[in-house]
Amino acid sequence: MAFMKRSPWILHYDASSCNGCDIEVLACLTPLYDVERFGIINTGNPKHADVLLITGGINAQNREVVENIYEQIPEPKVVIAVGACAATGGIFRECYNIIGGIDKVIPVDVYIPGCAARPEQIIDGVVAALSILEEKRAKMNGAAQETEQAGEST
Amino acid sequence: MSERIIVPFGPQHPVLPEPIHIDLVLEDETVVEAIPSIGYIHRGLEQLVQKREYTEYVYVAERICGICSFIHALCYSQGIEHIMEVEVPDRARYLRTIWSECSRLHSHLLWLGLFADSMGFENLFMRSWQLRESVLDVFEDTTGGRIIQGTCKIGGVRRDIEQEKLDEMHRTLDPFEEKCRDLGDVFLNDETVKYRLQGLGVISKDEAYALGAAGPTARASGVAMDHRETGYAAYGDLGFKPVVETAGDCYARCAVRVKEVYASIDLIRKAIEGMPDGAIDVKVKGTPNGEFFSRAEQPRGEVVHYLKANGTKHLARARIRTPTLANIPPLVKMLPGAQLADVPVVVLSIDPCISCTER
Repeated sequence: MAFMKRSPWILHYDASSCNGCDIEVLACLTPLYDVERFGIINTGNPKHADVLLITGGINAQNREVVENIYEQIPEPKVVIAVGACAATGGIFRECYNIIGGIDKVIPVDVYIPGCAARPEQIIDGVVAALSILEEKRAKMNGAAQETEQAGEST
Repeated sequence: MSERIIVPFGPQHPVLPEPIHIDLVLEDETVVEAIPSIGYIHRGLEQLVQKREYTEYVYVAERICGICSFIHALCYSQGIEHIMEVEVPDRARYLRTIWSECSRLHSHLLWLGLFADSMGFENLFMRSWQLRESVLDVFEDTTGGRIIQGTCKIGGVRRDIEQEKLDEMHRTLDPFEEKCRDLGDVFLNDETVKYRLQGLGVISKDEAYALGAAGPTARASGVAMDHRETGYAAYGDLGFKPVVETAGDCYARCAVRVKEVYASIDLIRKAIEGMPDGAIDVKVKGTPNGEFFSRAEQPRGEVVHYLKANGTKHLARARIRTPTLANIPPLVKMLPGAQLADVPVVVLSIDPCISCTER
Protein backbone atom coordinates (compact mmCIF):
# COMPACT_ATOMS: atom_id res chain seq x y z
CA MET A 1 0.00 0.00 0.00
CA ALA A 2 3.07 2.23 -0.06
CA PHE A 3 1.92 3.92 -3.26
CA MET A 4 -1.20 5.31 -1.62
CA LYS A 5 -0.55 8.95 -1.07
CA ARG A 6 -4.15 10.08 -0.92
CA SER A 7 -7.25 8.89 0.80
CA PRO A 8 -9.78 7.79 -1.81
CA TRP A 9 -13.48 8.28 -1.13
CA ILE A 10 -15.96 5.75 -2.37
CA LEU A 11 -19.51 6.16 -3.56
CA HIS A 12 -21.56 2.98 -3.49
CA TYR A 13 -24.69 2.53 -5.60
CA ASP A 14 -26.93 -0.51 -5.80
CA ALA A 15 -28.06 -0.78 -9.43
CA SER A 16 -30.14 -3.95 -9.32
CA SER A 17 -28.31 -6.47 -7.23
CA CYS A 18 -29.80 -8.91 -4.77
CA ASN A 19 -28.31 -6.98 -1.85
CA GLY A 20 -25.68 -9.65 -1.27
CA CYS A 21 -22.77 -7.67 -2.69
CA ASP A 22 -24.05 -4.48 -1.07
CA ILE A 23 -23.89 -5.85 2.41
CA GLU A 24 -20.44 -7.25 1.65
CA VAL A 25 -19.35 -3.76 0.54
CA LEU A 26 -20.63 -2.43 3.85
CA ALA A 27 -18.95 -5.31 5.68
CA CYS A 28 -15.62 -4.03 4.27
CA LEU A 29 -16.11 -0.84 6.27
CA THR A 30 -16.77 -2.56 9.58
CA PRO A 31 -14.25 -3.71 12.20
CA LEU A 32 -13.23 -7.09 10.77
CA TYR A 33 -12.09 -5.74 7.38
CA ASP A 34 -11.95 -2.05 8.22
CA VAL A 35 -10.86 -0.34 5.01
CA GLU A 36 -10.99 3.00 6.78
CA ARG A 37 -7.50 2.26 8.06
CA PHE A 38 -6.33 2.88 4.47
CA GLY A 39 -8.15 6.20 4.44
CA ILE A 40 -11.00 4.81 2.34
CA ILE A 41 -14.29 6.42 3.29
CA ASN A 42 -17.79 5.67 2.06
CA THR A 43 -19.45 8.93 1.09
CA GLY A 44 -22.98 9.69 -0.01
CA ASN A 45 -22.15 12.65 -2.19
CA PRO A 46 -20.99 11.97 -5.78
CA LYS A 47 -19.08 15.25 -5.90
CA HIS A 48 -16.89 14.12 -2.98
CA ALA A 49 -16.10 10.72 -4.48
CA ASP A 50 -13.12 9.35 -6.44
CA VAL A 51 -14.30 5.78 -6.83
CA LEU A 52 -17.74 4.63 -7.97
CA LEU A 53 -18.57 1.16 -6.73
CA ILE A 54 -21.62 -0.37 -8.41
CA THR A 55 -23.35 -3.65 -7.67
CA GLY A 56 -25.99 -5.29 -9.86
CA GLY A 57 -26.95 -4.95 -13.49
CA ILE A 58 -28.58 -2.11 -15.38
CA ASN A 59 -32.34 -1.97 -15.83
CA ALA A 60 -34.64 0.46 -17.58
CA GLN A 61 -35.33 2.67 -14.58
CA ASN A 62 -31.90 2.98 -12.97
CA ARG A 63 -30.02 3.59 -16.22
CA GLU A 64 -30.38 7.36 -15.95
CA VAL A 65 -29.53 7.35 -12.25
CA VAL A 66 -26.25 5.53 -12.90
CA GLU A 67 -25.33 7.88 -15.76
CA ASN A 68 -26.23 10.86 -13.62
CA ILE A 69 -24.09 9.74 -10.68
CA TYR A 70 -21.17 8.97 -13.02
CA GLU A 71 -21.39 12.43 -14.59
CA GLN A 72 -21.36 14.11 -11.19
CA ILE A 73 -18.14 12.50 -9.98
CA PRO A 74 -15.18 14.79 -10.75
CA GLU A 75 -12.24 13.58 -12.89
CA PRO A 76 -10.12 11.55 -12.41
CA LYS A 77 -12.51 8.76 -11.42
CA VAL A 78 -12.62 4.98 -11.57
CA VAL A 79 -15.60 2.65 -11.75
CA ILE A 80 -15.67 -0.76 -10.09
CA ALA A 81 -18.31 -3.33 -11.01
CA VAL A 82 -18.86 -5.63 -8.03
CA GLY A 83 -20.21 -9.14 -8.55
CA ALA A 84 -21.30 -11.28 -11.45
CA CYS A 85 -24.44 -9.30 -12.28
CA ALA A 86 -22.54 -6.00 -12.44
CA ALA A 87 -20.17 -7.60 -14.96
CA THR A 88 -22.64 -9.35 -17.24
CA GLY A 89 -26.07 -9.49 -15.67
CA GLY A 90 -25.09 -12.77 -13.95
CA ILE A 91 -27.92 -14.98 -12.81
CA PHE A 92 -30.40 -12.27 -13.83
CA ARG A 93 -29.13 -11.93 -17.41
CA GLU A 94 -32.24 -13.57 -18.91
CA CYS A 95 -34.68 -11.36 -17.01
CA TYR A 96 -36.80 -9.13 -19.22
CA ASN A 97 -35.92 -6.01 -17.30
CA ILE A 98 -32.14 -6.42 -17.22
CA ILE A 99 -30.22 -4.64 -19.97
CA GLY A 100 -26.87 -6.15 -18.97
CA GLY A 101 -23.74 -5.28 -17.03
CA ILE A 102 -22.66 -1.81 -15.91
CA ASP A 103 -20.40 -1.41 -18.97
CA LYS A 104 -23.49 -1.09 -21.18
CA VAL A 105 -23.93 2.42 -19.78
CA ILE A 106 -20.66 3.71 -18.32
CA PRO A 107 -17.00 2.67 -18.77
CA VAL A 108 -15.82 0.19 -16.13
CA ASP A 109 -12.19 -0.03 -14.95
CA VAL A 110 -12.25 -3.01 -12.60
CA TYR A 111 -14.51 -6.07 -12.52
CA ILE A 112 -14.80 -8.01 -9.25
CA PRO A 113 -16.05 -11.59 -9.74
CA GLY A 114 -18.21 -13.58 -7.36
CA CYS A 115 -21.82 -14.14 -6.45
CA ALA A 116 -21.76 -12.65 -3.93
CA ALA A 117 -18.31 -11.06 -4.08
CA ARG A 118 -16.38 -11.61 -0.87
CA PRO A 119 -15.02 -8.68 1.17
CA GLU A 120 -11.42 -9.78 0.49
CA GLN A 121 -12.09 -9.69 -3.26
CA ILE A 122 -13.73 -6.27 -2.98
CA ILE A 123 -10.72 -4.87 -1.11
CA ASP A 124 -8.43 -6.39 -3.76
CA GLY A 125 -10.48 -4.76 -6.48
CA VAL A 126 -10.44 -1.38 -4.78
CA VAL A 127 -6.65 -1.55 -4.41
CA ALA A 128 -6.35 -2.36 -8.13
CA ALA A 129 -8.65 0.55 -8.91
CA LEU A 130 -6.51 2.92 -6.87
CA SER A 131 -3.44 2.33 -9.02
CA ILE A 132 -5.59 3.03 -12.09
CA LEU A 133 -6.75 6.22 -10.37
CA GLU A 134 -3.11 7.27 -9.83
CA GLU A 135 -2.32 6.59 -13.52
CA LYS A 136 -5.31 8.64 -14.63
CA ARG A 137 -4.29 11.47 -12.33
CA ALA A 138 -0.69 11.41 -13.65
CA LYS A 139 -2.02 11.45 -17.21
CA MET A 140 -4.28 14.41 -16.43
CA ASN A 141 -1.43 16.31 -14.77
CA GLY A 142 0.82 15.54 -17.75
CA ALA A 143 -1.81 16.78 -20.19
CA ALA A 144 -2.31 19.93 -18.10
CA GLN A 145 1.46 20.63 -18.10
CA GLU A 146 1.65 20.10 -21.87
CA THR A 147 -1.09 22.64 -22.55
CA GLU A 148 0.61 25.05 -20.12
CA GLN A 149 3.94 24.67 -21.95
CA ALA A 150 2.20 25.00 -25.31
CA GLY A 151 0.62 28.19 -24.00
CA GLU A 152 4.02 29.59 -22.94
CA SER A 153 5.73 28.83 -26.27
CA THR A 154 3.16 30.67 -28.38
CA MET B 1 -50.16 28.35 6.75
CA SER B 2 -46.63 28.03 5.50
CA GLU B 3 -45.70 27.07 2.00
CA ARG B 4 -45.33 23.44 1.04
CA ILE B 5 -42.13 22.17 -0.51
CA ILE B 6 -41.18 18.75 -1.87
CA VAL B 7 -37.88 17.20 -0.88
CA PRO B 8 -36.80 14.11 -2.80
CA PHE B 9 -35.32 11.28 -0.70
CA GLY B 10 -33.28 8.71 -2.66
CA PRO B 11 -32.77 6.69 -4.82
CA GLN B 12 -29.10 7.27 -4.00
CA HIS B 13 -29.05 8.32 -0.37
CA PRO B 14 -26.23 8.08 2.19
CA VAL B 15 -28.26 6.28 4.82
CA LEU B 16 -29.78 3.66 2.52
CA PRO B 17 -27.64 1.00 0.93
CA GLU B 18 -30.51 0.37 -1.49
CA PRO B 19 -32.45 2.61 -3.82
CA ILE B 20 -35.96 3.69 -2.91
CA HIS B 21 -37.35 7.06 -3.83
CA ILE B 22 -39.74 8.98 -1.61
CA ASP B 23 -41.09 12.44 -2.33
CA LEU B 24 -41.48 14.17 1.03
CA VAL B 25 -44.03 16.98 1.11
CA LEU B 26 -42.89 19.35 3.86
CA GLU B 27 -44.44 22.20 5.76
CA ASP B 28 -41.46 23.91 7.37
CA GLU B 29 -39.56 20.96 8.85
CA THR B 30 -42.53 18.65 9.27
CA VAL B 31 -43.52 15.94 6.81
CA VAL B 32 -47.18 16.17 5.78
CA GLU B 33 -47.18 13.57 3.04
CA ALA B 34 -44.88 10.89 1.71
CA ILE B 35 -45.16 9.58 -1.84
CA PRO B 36 -43.02 6.50 -2.50
CA SER B 37 -41.94 5.28 -5.91
CA ILE B 38 -40.19 1.99 -6.51
CA GLY B 39 -38.78 0.07 -9.45
CA TYR B 40 -35.09 0.93 -9.41
CA ILE B 41 -34.05 -2.68 -8.97
CA HIS B 42 -36.90 -4.53 -10.60
CA ARG B 43 -35.43 -7.48 -12.46
CA GLY B 44 -38.42 -9.64 -13.35
CA LEU B 45 -37.58 -12.77 -11.38
CA GLU B 46 -41.13 -14.10 -11.37
CA GLN B 47 -41.05 -14.62 -15.12
CA LEU B 48 -37.70 -16.40 -14.88
CA VAL B 49 -39.51 -19.55 -13.66
CA GLN B 50 -40.46 -20.11 -17.28
CA LYS B 51 -36.83 -20.17 -18.36
CA ARG B 52 -35.23 -22.16 -15.53
CA GLU B 53 -36.08 -25.69 -14.51
CA TYR B 54 -37.98 -25.97 -11.26
CA THR B 55 -34.96 -27.48 -9.49
CA GLU B 56 -32.63 -24.73 -10.72
CA TYR B 57 -34.96 -21.95 -9.67
CA VAL B 58 -33.98 -22.56 -6.03
CA TYR B 59 -30.76 -20.67 -6.79
CA VAL B 60 -32.69 -17.80 -8.35
CA ALA B 61 -35.09 -17.73 -5.41
CA GLU B 62 -32.07 -17.48 -3.14
CA ARG B 63 -30.92 -14.40 -5.02
CA ILE B 64 -34.21 -12.54 -4.74
CA CYS B 65 -32.60 -11.03 -1.70
CA GLY B 66 -29.08 -11.47 -0.40
CA ILE B 67 -30.05 -10.95 3.24
CA CYS B 68 -32.90 -13.41 3.64
CA SER B 69 -31.47 -15.67 0.94
CA PHE B 70 -31.84 -18.96 2.78
CA ILE B 71 -35.48 -18.36 3.73
CA HIS B 72 -36.45 -17.51 0.14
CA ALA B 73 -34.94 -20.79 -1.03
CA LEU B 74 -36.68 -22.59 1.84
CA CYS B 75 -40.06 -21.05 1.06
CA TYR B 76 -39.78 -21.97 -2.63
CA SER B 77 -38.60 -25.52 -1.87
CA GLN B 78 -41.43 -26.07 0.61
CA GLY B 79 -43.91 -24.98 -2.03
CA ILE B 80 -42.61 -27.44 -4.62
CA GLU B 81 -42.35 -30.20 -2.00
CA HIS B 82 -45.98 -29.65 -1.10
CA ILE B 83 -47.09 -29.80 -4.74
CA MET B 84 -45.08 -32.99 -5.34
CA GLU B 85 -46.06 -34.46 -1.95
CA VAL B 86 -42.47 -35.00 -0.89
CA GLU B 87 -41.85 -35.73 2.78
CA VAL B 88 -38.65 -34.04 3.97
CA PRO B 89 -36.52 -36.03 6.47
CA ASP B 90 -36.46 -34.79 10.07
CA ARG B 91 -32.77 -33.97 10.09
CA ALA B 92 -33.22 -31.76 7.03
CA ARG B 93 -36.09 -29.93 8.76
CA TYR B 94 -33.89 -29.20 11.76
CA LEU B 95 -30.92 -28.12 9.63
CA ARG B 96 -33.22 -25.80 7.71
CA THR B 97 -34.42 -24.30 10.97
CA ILE B 98 -30.85 -23.69 12.18
CA TRP B 99 -29.87 -21.94 8.95
CA SER B 100 -33.13 -19.94 8.92
CA GLU B 101 -32.49 -18.68 12.42
CA CYS B 102 -28.84 -17.89 11.59
CA SER B 103 -30.25 -15.86 8.68
CA ARG B 104 -32.51 -14.01 11.05
CA LEU B 105 -29.64 -13.36 13.45
CA HIS B 106 -27.39 -11.90 10.77
CA SER B 107 -30.24 -9.89 9.26
CA HIS B 108 -31.33 -8.40 12.58
CA LEU B 109 -27.76 -7.57 13.62
CA LEU B 110 -27.25 -5.97 10.21
CA TRP B 111 -30.43 -3.96 10.65
CA LEU B 112 -29.56 -2.91 14.19
CA GLY B 113 -26.27 -1.58 12.84
CA LEU B 114 -27.87 0.32 9.97
CA PHE B 115 -30.52 1.65 12.31
CA ALA B 116 -27.86 2.94 14.71
CA ASP B 117 -26.10 4.51 11.72
CA SER B 118 -29.32 6.29 10.73
CA MET B 119 -29.42 7.80 14.22
CA GLY B 120 -25.80 8.87 13.85
CA PHE B 121 -24.66 6.32 16.44
CA GLU B 122 -21.58 5.18 14.50
CA ASN B 123 -20.00 3.20 17.33
CA LEU B 124 -23.08 1.02 17.76
CA PHE B 125 -23.17 0.40 13.99
CA MET B 126 -19.63 -0.94 14.10
CA ARG B 127 -20.31 -3.10 17.16
CA SER B 128 -23.42 -4.68 15.66
CA TRP B 129 -21.61 -5.53 12.45
CA GLN B 130 -18.65 -6.90 14.35
CA LEU B 131 -20.98 -9.27 16.16
CA ARG B 132 -22.67 -10.17 12.87
CA GLU B 133 -19.37 -11.44 11.46
CA SER B 134 -19.41 -14.35 13.91
CA VAL B 135 -22.77 -15.48 12.46
CA LEU B 136 -21.31 -15.22 8.95
CA ASP B 137 -18.37 -17.34 10.11
CA VAL B 138 -20.84 -20.06 11.08
CA PHE B 139 -22.43 -19.80 7.64
CA GLU B 140 -19.07 -20.00 5.91
CA ASP B 141 -18.06 -22.93 8.07
CA THR B 142 -21.24 -24.95 7.53
CA THR B 143 -22.28 -24.03 3.99
CA GLY B 144 -19.25 -22.49 2.28
CA GLY B 145 -20.98 -19.19 1.54
CA ARG B 146 -21.16 -16.11 3.67
CA ILE B 147 -24.46 -14.68 2.49
CA ILE B 148 -25.60 -16.85 -0.42
CA GLN B 149 -25.59 -20.38 0.97
CA GLY B 150 -26.93 -22.64 -1.78
CA THR B 151 -27.63 -25.46 0.68
CA CYS B 152 -31.39 -25.68 0.39
CA LYS B 153 -32.79 -27.93 -2.30
CA ILE B 154 -36.06 -29.56 -3.16
CA GLY B 155 -36.36 -32.65 -0.98
CA GLY B 156 -34.01 -31.60 1.79
CA VAL B 157 -30.65 -29.93 2.18
CA ARG B 158 -27.40 -30.32 0.29
CA ARG B 159 -24.97 -30.43 3.20
CA ASP B 160 -24.98 -31.95 6.64
CA ILE B 161 -23.49 -30.38 9.74
CA GLU B 162 -21.32 -32.90 11.60
CA GLN B 163 -21.94 -33.58 15.26
CA GLU B 164 -18.57 -32.06 16.24
CA LYS B 165 -19.50 -28.86 14.46
CA LEU B 166 -22.92 -28.81 16.12
CA ASP B 167 -21.30 -29.22 19.54
CA GLU B 168 -18.92 -26.39 18.80
CA MET B 169 -21.80 -24.17 17.69
CA HIS B 170 -23.65 -25.01 20.87
CA ARG B 171 -20.63 -24.07 22.99
CA THR B 172 -20.19 -20.71 21.26
CA LEU B 173 -23.87 -19.79 21.67
CA ASP B 174 -23.53 -18.75 25.32
CA PRO B 175 -20.69 -16.24 24.90
CA PHE B 176 -22.42 -15.00 21.72
CA GLU B 177 -25.69 -14.47 23.56
CA GLU B 178 -23.87 -12.55 26.27
CA LYS B 179 -22.42 -10.19 23.67
CA CYS B 180 -25.82 -9.80 22.02
CA ARG B 181 -27.38 -8.94 25.37
CA ASP B 182 -24.70 -6.31 25.98
CA LEU B 183 -25.50 -4.82 22.60
CA GLY B 184 -29.26 -5.12 23.06
CA ASP B 185 -28.94 -3.38 26.40
CA VAL B 186 -27.66 -0.26 24.62
CA PHE B 187 -30.54 -0.31 22.14
CA LEU B 188 -33.16 -0.82 24.82
CA ASN B 189 -31.86 1.31 27.69
CA ASP B 190 -29.60 4.02 26.32
CA GLU B 191 -31.02 7.51 26.93
CA THR B 192 -29.96 8.89 23.53
CA VAL B 193 -31.52 5.97 21.69
CA LYS B 194 -34.77 6.32 23.67
CA TYR B 195 -34.81 10.07 23.05
CA ARG B 196 -34.51 9.57 19.31
CA LEU B 197 -36.95 6.68 19.01
CA GLN B 198 -39.77 6.87 21.51
CA GLY B 199 -43.00 8.30 20.14
CA LEU B 200 -41.58 8.50 16.62
CA GLY B 201 -43.46 7.08 13.63
CA VAL B 202 -46.34 5.66 15.65
CA ILE B 203 -48.79 3.30 14.03
CA SER B 204 -51.69 1.79 15.99
CA LYS B 205 -52.66 -1.86 16.08
CA ASP B 206 -55.77 -1.33 13.94
CA GLU B 207 -53.91 0.73 11.38
CA ALA B 208 -51.10 -1.80 11.18
CA TYR B 209 -53.61 -4.58 10.66
CA ALA B 210 -55.72 -2.68 8.14
CA LEU B 211 -52.69 -1.64 6.08
CA GLY B 212 -51.39 -5.19 6.02
CA ALA B 213 -48.17 -4.68 7.95
CA ALA B 214 -45.98 -7.76 8.25
CA GLY B 215 -43.31 -9.09 10.57
CA PRO B 216 -41.68 -6.96 13.27
CA THR B 217 -43.52 -3.85 12.00
CA ALA B 218 -46.85 -5.52 12.78
CA ARG B 219 -45.65 -7.18 15.97
CA ALA B 220 -44.37 -3.86 17.34
CA SER B 221 -47.94 -2.54 17.11
CA GLY B 222 -49.37 -5.49 18.99
CA VAL B 223 -50.46 -7.66 16.04
CA ALA B 224 -49.21 -11.08 17.16
CA MET B 225 -48.60 -12.49 13.71
CA ASP B 226 -45.63 -14.73 13.09
CA HIS B 227 -45.73 -17.47 10.52
CA ARG B 228 -43.29 -19.60 12.51
CA GLU B 229 -46.22 -20.34 14.83
CA THR B 230 -47.71 -22.62 12.17
CA GLY B 231 -44.74 -24.91 12.73
CA TYR B 232 -43.18 -25.24 9.29
CA ALA B 233 -39.67 -26.79 9.16
CA ALA B 234 -38.94 -27.77 12.77
CA TYR B 235 -40.58 -24.79 14.48
CA GLY B 236 -43.52 -26.93 15.55
CA ASP B 237 -41.23 -29.12 17.68
CA LEU B 238 -39.32 -26.27 19.28
CA GLY B 239 -42.13 -24.46 21.08
CA PHE B 240 -42.05 -21.07 19.46
CA LYS B 241 -43.70 -17.89 20.78
CA PRO B 242 -43.73 -14.60 18.85
CA VAL B 243 -42.22 -11.44 20.33
CA VAL B 244 -44.84 -8.71 20.63
CA GLU B 245 -44.65 -5.04 21.68
CA THR B 246 -47.58 -2.66 21.84
CA ALA B 247 -46.32 0.93 21.52
CA GLY B 248 -46.07 0.89 17.70
CA ASP B 249 -43.26 3.47 17.55
CA CYS B 250 -39.69 3.16 16.28
CA TYR B 251 -38.51 2.12 19.73
CA ALA B 252 -40.99 -0.77 19.81
CA ARG B 253 -39.88 -1.94 16.35
CA CYS B 254 -36.29 -1.86 17.56
CA ALA B 255 -37.21 -3.72 20.75
CA VAL B 256 -39.00 -6.48 18.81
CA ARG B 257 -35.89 -7.12 16.74
CA VAL B 258 -33.54 -7.04 19.71
CA LYS B 259 -35.71 -9.58 21.51
CA GLU B 260 -36.00 -11.72 18.37
CA VAL B 261 -32.22 -11.96 18.34
CA TYR B 262 -32.40 -13.58 21.79
CA ALA B 263 -35.31 -15.77 20.65
CA SER B 264 -33.34 -16.94 17.59
CA ILE B 265 -30.36 -17.91 19.73
CA ASP B 266 -32.72 -19.90 21.90
CA LEU B 267 -34.27 -21.64 18.89
CA ILE B 268 -30.84 -22.57 17.51
CA ARG B 269 -29.88 -23.98 20.89
CA LYS B 270 -33.04 -26.10 21.06
CA ALA B 271 -32.64 -27.26 17.44
CA ILE B 272 -29.06 -28.40 18.07
CA GLU B 273 -30.11 -30.23 21.24
CA GLY B 274 -33.04 -31.95 19.53
CA MET B 275 -31.23 -32.73 16.26
CA PRO B 276 -32.46 -36.13 15.00
CA ASP B 277 -30.27 -38.58 13.09
CA GLY B 278 -30.94 -39.82 9.62
CA ALA B 279 -30.85 -38.79 5.99
CA ILE B 280 -30.67 -35.15 4.94
CA ASP B 281 -32.58 -35.45 1.67
CA VAL B 282 -34.93 -37.63 -0.35
CA LYS B 283 -34.75 -38.25 -4.08
CA VAL B 284 -37.28 -36.20 -6.00
CA LYS B 285 -38.58 -37.74 -9.19
CA GLY B 286 -40.95 -36.45 -11.85
CA THR B 287 -42.31 -32.98 -12.41
CA PRO B 288 -44.70 -30.93 -10.27
CA ASN B 289 -48.32 -30.47 -11.26
CA GLY B 290 -50.62 -28.24 -9.23
CA GLU B 291 -50.48 -24.99 -7.32
CA PHE B 292 -49.64 -23.90 -3.80
CA PHE B 293 -49.28 -20.81 -1.62
CA SER B 294 -46.05 -21.35 0.26
CA ARG B 295 -45.40 -19.09 3.23
CA ALA B 296 -42.45 -18.60 5.56
CA GLU B 297 -41.35 -16.04 8.13
CA GLN B 298 -38.45 -13.90 7.02
CA PRO B 299 -36.57 -11.50 9.27
CA ARG B 300 -38.77 -8.75 7.80
CA GLY B 301 -42.07 -10.59 7.94
CA GLU B 302 -44.06 -13.13 6.06
CA VAL B 303 -43.03 -14.02 2.51
CA VAL B 304 -45.47 -15.70 0.14
CA HIS B 305 -44.44 -17.74 -2.87
CA TYR B 306 -47.40 -18.66 -5.04
CA LEU B 307 -46.29 -21.44 -7.38
CA LYS B 308 -48.27 -22.88 -10.26
CA ALA B 309 -46.92 -25.93 -12.03
CA ASN B 310 -48.27 -27.59 -15.16
CA GLY B 311 -46.52 -30.95 -15.19
CA THR B 312 -43.49 -29.78 -17.17
CA LYS B 313 -39.95 -28.99 -16.02
CA HIS B 314 -40.78 -25.29 -15.98
CA LEU B 315 -43.35 -23.75 -13.70
CA ALA B 316 -46.21 -21.90 -15.37
CA ARG B 317 -46.26 -18.97 -12.95
CA ALA B 318 -44.73 -17.74 -9.73
CA ARG B 319 -45.88 -14.82 -7.65
CA ILE B 320 -43.72 -13.61 -4.81
CA ARG B 321 -45.09 -11.25 -2.15
CA THR B 322 -42.31 -10.01 0.08
CA PRO B 323 -42.66 -8.40 3.51
CA THR B 324 -41.18 -5.01 2.62
CA LEU B 325 -43.81 -4.50 -0.07
CA ALA B 326 -46.46 -5.07 2.61
CA ASN B 327 -44.69 -2.63 4.92
CA ILE B 328 -44.58 0.32 2.52
CA PRO B 329 -48.23 1.40 3.11
CA PRO B 330 -47.64 1.48 6.91
CA LEU B 331 -44.45 3.48 6.25
CA VAL B 332 -46.42 6.05 4.26
CA LYS B 333 -48.76 6.28 7.26
CA MET B 334 -45.87 6.67 9.76
CA LEU B 335 -44.00 9.46 8.02
CA PRO B 336 -46.49 12.39 8.27
CA GLY B 337 -45.79 14.35 11.43
CA ALA B 338 -42.12 13.39 11.60
CA GLN B 339 -39.36 15.99 11.35
CA LEU B 340 -37.25 15.90 8.20
CA ALA B 341 -34.20 14.95 10.27
CA ASP B 342 -36.05 11.90 11.61
CA VAL B 343 -37.10 10.58 8.20
CA PRO B 344 -34.11 8.21 7.75
CA VAL B 345 -34.83 6.67 11.16
CA VAL B 346 -38.51 6.12 10.36
CA VAL B 347 -37.76 4.69 6.91
CA LEU B 348 -35.21 2.27 8.35
CA SER B 349 -37.52 1.26 11.18
CA ILE B 350 -39.52 -0.98 8.81
CA ASP B 351 -36.24 -2.64 7.76
CA PRO B 352 -36.71 -1.94 4.05
CA CYS B 353 -35.27 -4.60 1.78
CA ILE B 354 -35.74 -3.15 -1.67
CA SER B 355 -34.25 -6.11 -3.55
CA CYS B 356 -37.00 -8.26 -2.08
CA THR B 357 -39.68 -5.70 -2.77
CA GLU B 358 -38.96 -5.29 -6.43
CA ARG B 359 -37.85 -8.83 -7.25
